[in-house]
This record gives sequence, C-alpha cells and structure tokens, in this order.
Amino acid sequence: MISPNLRIAHRFLTAKKRAMFMSLSCTILGVGLYIVTQATTSGFEQFFTKTILGINGAIRIEDKFQETMRSVAAAGGGDSYFARRDGVKNIEGIEEPQTLMKVVRDFYNVRGVSAVIRGNVQVTSAFKTEDAQVFGIKLEDHVRVSDLAEQITNGDLDDYRNSPTGALIGRVLADRLQLGVGDSFQISSRGETRQVRVAAIYETGYREADKSNIYLHQPLARSLLRRPTGATFLQISLQDPNRAPQDAARMEHVLQYSVKPWQEREKTWLAVFRALRISTGITVTVFTLIASLAMFNTLAMIVLEKTKDIAILRSMGYERSDVTRIFLWQAGIVLAIGAIIGALFGAGITWLVGQVPLPINGIFKTDRFIVTWDVNHYLGAILTAVVMVMIASLIPARRAARLEPGDIVRGTAQ
Amino acid sequence: MPAPFSFLPSPASGAAAPEATRALRCRNLHRHLGEGEGRVQVLKGVSFEANRGQVYAIVGPSGCGKSTLLYLLGLLDRPDEGEIEINGRTMSNHDDRARTAARGEHIGFVFQFHFLMLEFTALENVMMPMHKLGRLTPEARRDRAVALLEAVGLEGKTHRLGTQLSGGEQQRVAVARALANQPTILLADEPTGNLDVKNSNLVFDLLTGLAKEHGQAVILVTHNPEIAQRCDVTRRMRDGVFVE
Repeated sequence: MISPNLRIAHRFLTAKKRAMFMSLSCTILGVGLYIVTQATTSGFEQFFTKTILGINGAIRIEDKFQETMRSVAAAGGGDSYFARRDGVKNIEGIEEPQTLMKVVRDFYNVRGVSAVIRGNVQVTSAFKTEDAQVFGIKLEDHVRVSDLAEQITNGDLDDYRNSPTGALIGRVLADRLQLGVGDSFQISSRGETRQVRVAAIYETGYREADKSNIYLHQPLARSLLRRPTGATFLQISLQDPNRAPQDAARMEHVLQYSVKPWQEREKTWLAVFRALRISTGITVTVFTLIASLAMFNTLAMIVLEKTKDIAILRSMGYERSDVTRIFLWQAGIVLAIGAIIGALFGAGITWLVGQVPLPINGIFKTDRFIVTWDVNHYLGAILTAVVMVMIASLIPARRAARLEPGDIVRGTAQ
Repeated sequence: MPAPFSFLPSPASGAAAPEATRALRCRNLHRHLGEGEGRVQVLKGVSFEANRGQVYAIVGPSGCGKSTLLYLLGLLDRPDEGEIEINGRTMSNHDDRARTAARGEHIGFVFQFHFLMLEFTALENVMMPMHKLGRLTPEARRDRAVALLEAVGLEGKTHRLGTQLSGGEQQRVAVARALANQPTILLADEPTGNLDVKNSNLVFDLLTGLAKEHGQAVILVTHNPEIAQRCDVTRRMRDGVFVE
C-alpha cells in the first residue's frame, strides 16, 4: 500500500506539471550529460592507455643501480672505519636478462616478461635512407608483453617467426621507404650491415613507434648491434596495469634496477587527459548545479504555494517529519524518473557519439569517436544526481517542516 | 433539527448518552504577537472550559484575540504563559510531536476559508486524517469517509476535486474531514463567515448536530450574532480577555 506521504507528494508534484517537467528535464540532462562526458573522456584515455601498453608494456626495467661508498672514520678516532652510502650510479642495460626475467616472473601481477636489445640504426631501401631503431626480441616472449600480434596489418607473423632474417616494420617507416611485404632492405649500425626482408608491416597508431621501430630476431639484432650478451631493457606486462606504480616500486627495491611504470613514462599525455577530465568535470559540475538549482527552485516554489496545505496537514496530525518526507518524496520521484530516463538518454547519446566519424592517427589510431561503456559511469551519474537533488530538496523540505501552522492560518507565515 | 450523524459509529461504542464532561480547559493564557515595536499582547490571561456535548461561541470585535485563542486551544500555536488541558492532559508544555499527535486524535478543525487540499477529491480529503492516524483499516476509512460525505449531503460528489466544488460544498467537506477521526473537540474559526445564509445554517446545523449526538465539544469563533445565539454558551472577548 502506498504511504500517505508518498500519495500526497505524488499529487503535489503532478499538479505542478510545468515545474515538474522543468526539474525532470534538468535531472535527465544532468544524468545524461554526466554519462556522455565520462564515456567520451575516458574513451580516449583508455584507448591511449591500451595503445601504449600494447607497444611498450606496463613496466620497463632498464639500468642497474650501483651504490657508491666511501669510508668514514668512526667517532672516537682509532682505526675504525665504516662504509657510508654516498650516492647511486646507474649502469646502463641488463647484464643477465635470463636470471632477472626468472625473478621478475615470480612477482605477483606479472603476466609476461620480454628481454629487448635496442639500438639506433640506418635503414636503406632502394628508394631512400631513414634513421630508425632496432628492437631485438624473442617473438614468443614479446607477444606476451605487447599487442604486436594484433597490430600486424600486412603480412604474416608466422612468416616472421620462420624467417631468421625477417623484420617487422612500422607502417609509417614502410611508407617512407616504400617497402612492402617481401621486399628486402639494409640495416646498418656502426659499420655493420645486414640485409633483411619485410616479413610483416604493423601499425600501432602511435606515430613515433610506427615511423622508427623495427623488430628483428634477437640473434640478428645481437650481431648487428655487436652485443653478444645482456639486454637493453626488460618489458613487462601486468594482469592489472593500474597497479604498475606499486609493482614497479617493489621491483626497484628488490632488484636494485631502475624500474619505470607506464604512468611515469607517459606522464605528459596522461597530464593532458587529466586536464581534459577536469575540464569536462567542470562542465558537468556546472550543469549538475543548474539541474540542482532547478530542483531547488521547483520545490521552493511548491513550498511557497503549499503553505496552506502544510497548515492543513499539520492541523490533521501530520508531523514535521511527515512534511519533510512529503517534499523529499517529491524530489525522490523526480530523481527516480530522471535517473532512469537520464541513464537511457545518456546511453543513447553515447551510442550516437560512438558513430561519429573521427579519423585520428598520432597518439593512437581510430576512425570513429571513441567511447567507453562502463557501468560505473551510470552509477556515478546516479549517485551525483542523488546527492545534488537531495541537497537541493533538503532546504525547501526543512523550511516547509519548520512552518508553524498557527502562523500560516493567521496569514503571517514568513 | 435532524440528527445527521445518528447512523455513524459512536466514538464510545455502547456508551450511554454523552455526559457533560470537560473536554478542554485553559488557564491564564497569555500570547504576544509581532516583534520589536510591533509586538502586541493579544491574550491577557484568558481562562476557558468546554464540556462535551456543548456548543460554544466566542464572539467579539476583530483583533480581540478570538482566533488566536482558538489556535492555542487547537495546539496549532504555543502560549507565552498559561496551561491548556485536552481531555484532562496538560498539553501546552509538550513537544511538537505530542501536540501534533493530540491534534490528530482529539481535535478537528474547520477554518473560515475551507482549506481543502484542492488536488484531492472530496473523499480523499476526508480520508486524509484517517490515513495519518491509522486507526481504521483502509476499507473502513473509505466507508467512514463516504458515510461522512453522505451525512453532509455530498454523496454524489465524493470523487470531485476541491476545485470542482462550490464554497458551501467545500466547507461541508471540511466539516466531514474535521469529524473523520471522531475527535472530542471540534474547533471552527468563523466556519460560516464565507457562506450565504442557507449554507451557513446548514453547516452550523451539521456542527451542532454532531455535538449533541456524539458528545463532542464544539467551539466556534463567529461574527454572526444569529449563529452565536443558537449556541449553548456564548463568551464575549474584548482586548484579549473575556468580558462576560
């Protein structure tokens, strides 16, 4: 059975159709806009994150720390000396990658580890010469720490796997050198030159990678770069990339290597996305405030128009808390309807935005506006609406409850 | 005069004819209204008693404190000084919740300007106090509301909104609503003040008929000398005190 307060609230509200429509519209727009902005903002950020994780992994281990020590005479003189930490020196590269990889694999959250040898090279095709970077990898390790397998646009990864002189070359570099799958080209580094063949062309969407990175089998890279042992860095993928800073800190402490999480590596772009989030957050906040003001205005107006009814209710035995509830119920009704329609509206607009053609190629590659579908956006929108509407309705509701019935009947209610 | 409520269930089921026992008493009521230089003493030590089954008229010039006294007796307002007893229980010093509960259970109000809730039908208006008190089942509330509306001659208009009723009809609905919870005290602030002669008499007959039938104390504030003359007791006020 419907409570008397809810029944009265419903009737009060439906009697003021225009005011109800206004506050309902604002709530719907507030919830919908919140969802759309979250979906679009986080869409690009998540896509960027996925792209860079797919190229460089979540964590990179590069240089080894070496503490420098100096001896200091102990207090009290005599022949006593002790070693004092003076500073930390970085030794470039990984000396024993296999040993380190074995240890890293034992860390919680680690999904895969790949040892990589990197070096600057010159690439010469029949058409022209370009500067590039060679990455010597073990394919099976590297596909576990990157999206290389999914990034192939031309050719076949198996062709590369089975060809010791095969190379994976970025789309932009291939275009500049006018190379296609099966074409041969030369790679030179410090007097060493190797003839290799394009086994496949990949495209990450991240222009810097696509125009300079060439993947070779590790033995070929070692001979080209004259580096028979060791590795330049270890690339690590994680089950939960968001935990990368904590995992990196732990690894650095245990391994005594410089360990960098992707959040630190990409902090410039992440700062841009954060600024974008703040900007849209301000927009949403302003709109939500407007929606709340509309709700406040509606209820305040109803309170003003309903002082006589409040006096009647109070004279019939309705308590102050009943009056508060009647007005909170009105807000609750608008909120419930607004949240449901607003969520549907937000989902609809999000879908439409996702259909908008928007070719982007640079920090990632997309043909359409990127949106994310996340239930948390909907929960966040509804929670924000609940908080704002309840704050906006509490003041008029409490004001209504404070009205003295005697004052109203006497016509002196302020 | 007909006995319009004789078919309604009696508040004291199986009891004999109503006794002239005291339903309400106030002693030495003082009340100021306004603030600062505009502060005026409206009531200056008013004492009053009302017994069940009696109809009381409070008369006097405008501004003498009649309505203020009525709102104090109905626990809609608080006195600055003095005591109010409802059915033997001192209520003037109680908190808002207890006073509100007492209003819902023991007091019915009829105001000058009908004061119906216009978004609700006549039937819903009459059922509203019963919903709050919750003493009857939903079906019983409905039956009682229909019976009350029949008693005030509105059996054919139970589903009309307040806005679809004439002034006289609205006031009759207000009377029916005031009786909904079978209160022991009925307070009416110029209940006929806005009505023509025919409707004035009808409303007055309804109120007084109830008092006689069910032993309810009816206290009404009026400017109408004919109405006042027909009451059992008439008290005249001037400048915040009873003068006779």
